[in-house]
Amino acid sequence: MSTEPTVQPPAPGKKVNRIGLEPIAYRGGKTTLCAGCGHNAITERLIESFFELGVDPTQVIKLSGIGCSSKAPAYFLNSAHGFNSVHGRMPSIATGAVVANRKTIAVGISGDGDSGAIGIGQFVHLMRRNLPIVYVIEDNGCYGLTKGQFSPTADLGSTLKSGVVNDLPPIDTCALAIELGASFVARSFSGDTKQLKAILKAAISHRGTAMIDVISPCVTFNDHEGSTKSYSYVKDHDEPLADVSFIPYFEEVNVEYDPGATTEVMLHSGSRIRLTKMAEDYRPTDKMNALRLLHETMSRGEYATGILYIEPDKQDFIDLLGIVDEPLASLPETRTRPGKTALDEIMESFR
Amino acid sequence: MSVTASAVREGFPQARPERVVNDFAIQVATVNGSGSQTANLVLLRSIFQMGVPVSGKNMFPSNIAGLPTWYTIRASSKGYIGRKKEVDFLVAMNPETAREDVLTLPPGAAAVYDEPLKLEALRRDVTFYPVPFDKLITPITHDAKLRRLVRNMIYGGVLAKLLSIDMGQMEKALRKQLGKKEKAIALNMSALQAGYAYADANLPKLDPFAIEPMNKTQGMILIEGNVSAAIGCLMAGVTFVGWYPITPSSSLCESLIDYLKKYRKDPETGKATYAVVQAEDEIAALGMVIGAGWVGARAMTSTSGPGISLMAEFAGLGYYTDAPAVIFDVQRVGPSTGLPTRTAQQDILSVAVLSHGDTKHPLLLPSSVSECYSMAIDAFDLAERLQTPVFVMSDLDLGMNTWMSHPFEYPKKPLDRGKRLDAATLARIGEFARYRDVDGDGIPYRTVPGDGLPAYFARGSGHNEKAQYSERADDYTNNLDRLARKFETARTLVPKPEIDMVRGARVGVIAYGTTHWAIVESRDELKAEHGLDVSYLRLRAFPFTREVFDFIDRCDRVYLVEQNRDAQMLGLLKMECTPAQFAKLGSIRHYIGLPIDGRSVTTELVKQEEGR
Repeated sequence: MSTEPTVQPPAPGKKVNRIGLEPIAYRGGKTTLCAGCGHNAITERLIESFFELGVDPTQVIKLSGIGCSSKAPAYFLNSAHGFNSVHGRMPSIATGAVVANRKTIAVGISGDGDSGAIGIGQFVHLMRRNLPIVYVIEDNGCYGLTKGQFSPTADLGSTLKSGVVNDLPPIDTCALAIELGASFVARSFSGDTKQLKAILKAAISHRGTAMIDVISPCVTFNDHEGSTKSYSYVKDHDEPLADVSFIPYFEEVNVEYDPGATTEVMLHSGSRIRLTKMAEDYRPTDKMNALRLLHETMSRGEYATGILYIEPDKQDFIDLLGIVDEPLASLPETRTRPGKTALDEIMESFR
Repeated sequence: MSVTASAVREGFPQARPERVVNDFAIQVATVNGSGSQTANLVLLRSIFQMGVPVSGKNMFPSNIAGLPTWYTIRASSKGYIGRKKEVDFLVAMNPETAREDVLTLPPGAAAVYDEPLKLEALRRDVTFYPVPFDKLITPITHDAKLRRLVRNMIYGGVLAKLLSIDMGQMEKALRKQLGKKEKAIALNMSALQAGYAYADANLPKLDPFAIEPMNKTQGMILIEGNVSAAIGCLMAGVTFVGWYPITPSSSLCESLIDYLKKYRKDPETGKATYAVVQAEDEIAALGMVIGAGWVGARAMTSTSGPGISLMAEFAGLGYYTDAPAVIFDVQRVGPSTGLPTRTAQQDILSVAVLSHGDTKHPLLLPSSVSECYSMAIDAFDLAERLQTPVFVMSDLDLGMNTWMSHPFEYPKKPLDRGKRLDAATLARIGEFARYRDVDGDGIPYRTVPGDGLPAYFARGSGHNEKAQYSERADDYTNNLDRLARKFETARTLVPKPEIDMVRGARVGVIAYGTTHWAIVESRDELKAEHGLDVSYLRLRAFPFTREVFDFIDRCDRVYLVEQNRDAQMLGLLKMECTPAQFAKLGSIRHYIGLPIDGRSVTTELVKQEEGR
């Protein structure tokens, strides 16, 4: 199948995207998560992002581990293949799948327990490899599916519903991802519709690992006073670094912007990210700067949100492997089984 | 050996024992990291080139340098290539083990040793050949590091003289071993010649052992099982390799990487038609393989015991999502870290049911290097045909030791990519449901991302025919029963056992893997020494095929011989036997970390037969 789908003439009166698909084509099964769960908002933003970018859903693969977050791939892009694997191991499934079919657009949905605890080993190595994938951590600071225990991203001093205080420091998945080599690292909030969608669109258009930690309050177990991942806490402590807008390569934009206050990053696909600064000293391509910002905001109990770090031209894992352009998975026998002369030559070397 | 040994005991060394030609074992005791492997392989190869059946077994420590290692070369005119218990000709180069090495020799054996060790006082019934290795190496090179490495080649020359191994063959073997490194070849040749000349001038032949040319190795190759399996993967068209280094399996993927680099470059672009990823652990290695298999690649990994334990979770996921994967288990000694450089067949039971829940897997059981090759190809075909993880159960003895074999045959069948849905099938079956048993064989049709066919959502959680999340009892049971049906289909597709039914024989033996080579020898011993005819069935796969049960029915008593403590394969077999079959089954087990030998089987089988 070609990567450029045939553009179908839109039916009159229907809302369609640039490849002629209606929004329904991007929807999935009905969510079974709690009403008001932040994860559902993230799912909605993913649906909108894929629709607006005009990505062919059959070219997408959806991957996840185990947990509330990992159920989400069933709720979007029904016509995409998906794999809900085992707890904390989505990165390895994704690595095999993406390497074996480089034409796919992979979106991995994980949680803070899935990536920060049981799966941190695989998380670390996926970031290190800069595997092309949109890697979303739906971060609520607790284990929802097992009824609310602390996860490794729970903040120091935050409390469980029962009043138990977390006395261990959190793992900052964004700082970790930047340190390890991910080439696109962002943090957002499930309640910030505009920012999250812009970041997701940019992430989908990026080549390499795009890791997005989305703070996504757990309405059932972690939305109380004392939680630092509740709707009210995050709303009060969200510190956007910039106003993020995403301009896909296929859109003409003539709006003037102030070069002093705005940074533009050109992605490999030709799309652009435009960041209108809100914070001082914010340079998204500066790794040291990004890490410093994260540490500073964290020490103030704030969440710096936005695209924290981006390295648009970094070689991804597929480049490093030097593999053929076609998916390895669909190579025919004539290209994968060497001829008899090869076997004869090998046998000769052992005589 | 018994005849020679008693003759020698009477009045050694004056008596001239009978000559022992092409039927003895040489053992070289060195420290690891001392470069002795080249000398050992040159000896092995020279004997092979002289047409004498030969096998080489390395008993090495889990260490890089400085610990004792023993290499055994067995020549056998009858073609026995299993382990032989007794050492006939010792080369004692390791001061730390020399004393025990000499004391454990059978009477009548011979020993070449490093002169300063002064071993001759230890035994009166062993022929000693002292060799001043340091003196001999001094004129060959001034470089102290090279001296240490080349020093071992001297014993090659000494043995060539003492055992009548042709020096022309030694040179040929050395060239084969070192390739185009002319400087190294010249240096090693001087060491070989120095050893030969010293033995010629100073060591009159007093032992009975000799190599004489035969014609029993013509056209054959010498190769390790891991390399053979790698060649199998190459010819099976593997496209994805995910692996994590572990002894004794590392050389499988490492050889495969070398072959892939050479033979799997796209001729037009020079790009790779495969990908190899060294994973962060065995969990990730199998995860990657399942991910790659899920999108339609031919994917494999190789590991050993501890890696198998880690892979358990993903093995269950592969089973329950109907994802193909090929896993080589080059078994080593457990439990836990165990003896990483020793051999066993100890993972049979755990791999057959690897993972929690009602999980089970097909196992292929190679016993030779040529089966490491052919079963690698079978494994990929079966994994895609059955849409499930398939394990190839090799072991350290097979994987890392050097075996003679006929050259491998080019595959006759095209790749079997299994039941992939296409437009025509879709039209025929009407609707795609990923886990619907359309054909009644338990194997559903599958689609892969990007093939333009209907998608599905694979999941390790409960699912119905359409791969949708389900906790319904009927959905769950239907699926689990389908998987059981699929396992019955596997029973008809896996390699059938090899059977030698002896007319009139009441006793039968079942064995598998490298245990085979001990059985070959033991059956001859049982016939020659005890007049006992024994029928033989060599298992080549799990699930057991119909022939296995027929074999038990046709014998009065059946001994299942294997290299583990708990009779693991016997346990699996008993789960499927009738009470009558069950009652016939006995067990012979061997678990000392060294390969099983024929004599041990003979002794134990006779003991059990007499004790009836």
